[in-house]
Amino acid sequence: MAIRIDDLLFRWRAAAPPAVRLEHLAVAAGRSLFLHGPSGAGKSTLLNLIGGVLQPERGRIELLGQALGALSAARRDAFRADHLGFIFQQFNLLPWLSARDNVLLPCRFSRRRRQRADDPAAAAARLLAALDLEPAATAAPAGELSVGQQQRVAAARALIGRPEIIVADEPTSALDAARQDAFIELLLGEARAAGSALVFVSHDLRLARHFDDSLALAGGEA
Amino acid sequence: MNALWRLALASAWNRRLSLGLTLLAVLLATTLLLSVERIRQAARDGFAQSVSGTDLVVGARSSPVQLVLYSVFRLGEATNNLSWDSYRKIAADPAIAWSVPLALGDSHRGFPVLGTTPAYFDHYRYGDRQPLRFASGQVFSGIFDAVLGAEVAQRLGYRIGDQITLTHGDGGLAGMEHADKPFSVVGILAPTGTPVDRTVHVGLAAIEAIHLDWVGGTPLPGFSIGADIVQKFDLTPKSITAFLVGLHRRVEVFRLQRKINEFAGEPLLAVLPGVALDQLWQTVGIVEQALQAVSWLVLVVGLAGLMATLLAGLNERRREMAILRSLGAGPRHILGLLLLESGLVSLLGAFCGLGLLSLFAASGDGLLQRFGLAALPLAPSPAEWRLLGLVLACGTLVGLLPAWRAYRLSLADGLTPRS
Repeated sequence: MAIRIDDLLFRWRAAAPPAVRLEHLAVAAGRSLFLHGPSGAGKSTLLNLIGGVLQPERGRIELLGQALGALSAARRDAFRADHLGFIFQQFNLLPWLSARDNVLLPCRFSRRRRQRADDPAAAAARLLAALDLEPAATAAPAGELSVGQQQRVAAARALIGRPEIIVADEPTSALDAARQDAFIELLLGEARAAGSALVFVSHDLRLARHFDDSLALAGGEA
Repeated sequence: MNALWRLALASAWNRRLSLGLTLLAVLLATTLLLSVERIRQAARDGFAQSVSGTDLVVGARSSPVQLVLYSVFRLGEATNNLSWDSYRKIAADPAIAWSVPLALGDSHRGFPVLGTTPAYFDHYRYGDRQPLRFASGQVFSGIFDAVLGAEVAQRLGYRIGDQITLTHGDGGLAGMEHADKPFSVVGILAPTGTPVDRTVHVGLAAIEAIHLDWVGGTPLPGFSIGADIVQKFDLTPKSITAFLVGLHRRVEVFRLQRKINEFAGEPLLAVLPGVALDQLWQTVGIVEQALQAVSWLVLVVGLAGLMATLLAGLNERRREMAILRSLGAGPRHILGLLLLESGLVSLLGAFCGLGLLSLFAASGDGLLQRFGLAALPLAPSPAEWRLLGLVLACGTLVGLLPAWRAYRLSLADGLTPRS
């Protein structure tokens, strides 16, 4: 199992209503999960929990057989760098670095990702080409790219070094419908090729058809 | 996390305009702070070394500060003179190696005239016990010979052989010229950076000679004694303004000081010049403190600017911090990043500030001498290193608040900034 969650409870404050309550969630290696819910449903909180940035009040999160709760904060940070790739809603990139350097960032932070990428520069070029980014755009400062281009660079960054788990948080919300489908198909294809499990979060139910499984979150509950 | 620090530099470079301006503010504040310290030290040293190698300065009883003001700095006037007899009696003490009488009261175009003996040029010391040197000419020997300080000669354009006339008093009253008895310039001293540069030196006998036909501070009407016949008169002075004393052994200084202060003939005052100069410096010390206060304020402004820049930049950097966190950076790395940034700005500011001051010290000699200051030392003093350390410490401290705020923000935001 790439991701396994049991009996999860998270609240921002002791007296607050649960931000996330999840009986069970499992994503197998190479599978994709569509996580759906309106805004405020606790999707982002769940991603932070999976990323090891937040700690649950109760329950167990296991990534690749490793219980996150058993790791120190520093070890969780390192685990995130080694095994997880993130794509955010937008503004994913450091605007003063080129698209290529943005893609190479995970290889700078994680030796494991660097080794799995084999030749990081070649891997970055291959990913950017596979994600339909024109070669001319890869050397430009990332801040000068269009939103669609930026999201494809972000996808390439999440994929480089073949992390076992890819987490995407509303990555298509800034794209129009036609580009949404194209982006998701590219992302799914590359994740499958890398053997990565993909968790895709969105409020837009129409996108669910692209994914193997689907789960709805509402009021923090599945 | 090596990659993180390189990214931090790239990120800082991306914000180089605001950080650069902040750096400039810290740099200039540091330069000001160090300059004030260095100039203050140089001024104090120069001041304290206006006279050295002299063990006691003796004059009629007044305050020590006043005595030093008129005898060393030739500022103001003596309220009383002391008699030649008293001088002779005291100078005969076997503990005294040398003594130099000083007679003040006349001037030449605003520069004070000092009547003294040739021994003055042998025994007067300034700075680090440096003797007076002649740039040209020699000590006066004739009655109407004069030796000029460097600044007098330079400002008025005098050379050896020129004729000058003295004025009674400080030149404030018209018609008080000793026009009938001109002096010829026989020597010009090398610059010293002390009041000697502003002094016209003549023999004690000359002072006596030009006042032969004067009574009570004015010329006797209808009566004059020509310069050619003054030598027929007794030119031994009746009184002098003050005298300098050098001892065989310094340990005698307090005994002799007490002896002079208790002198039966007339009320006298003997002071150790270093002590009196220190007292005098205390009275101008308020200016020094004001300068220091201003330079500290400027530093506070510079560091406040640094803090404001870092704090203002935090909001737009929340995305950057979230990206770094998704790449594996912990909150403590974010804390470190901000501390590194403020630390670097203060480090660069502090040392570039020191560099700027060194440049100023290396090139600004002429400027400083116009203010009567000796050249600034090129190397920083221990006090300056302490100030530099303080700037660095304050800069780091200033970085703590933005760093702490960034730490809190990155903990709260995690991977999803809510901005």
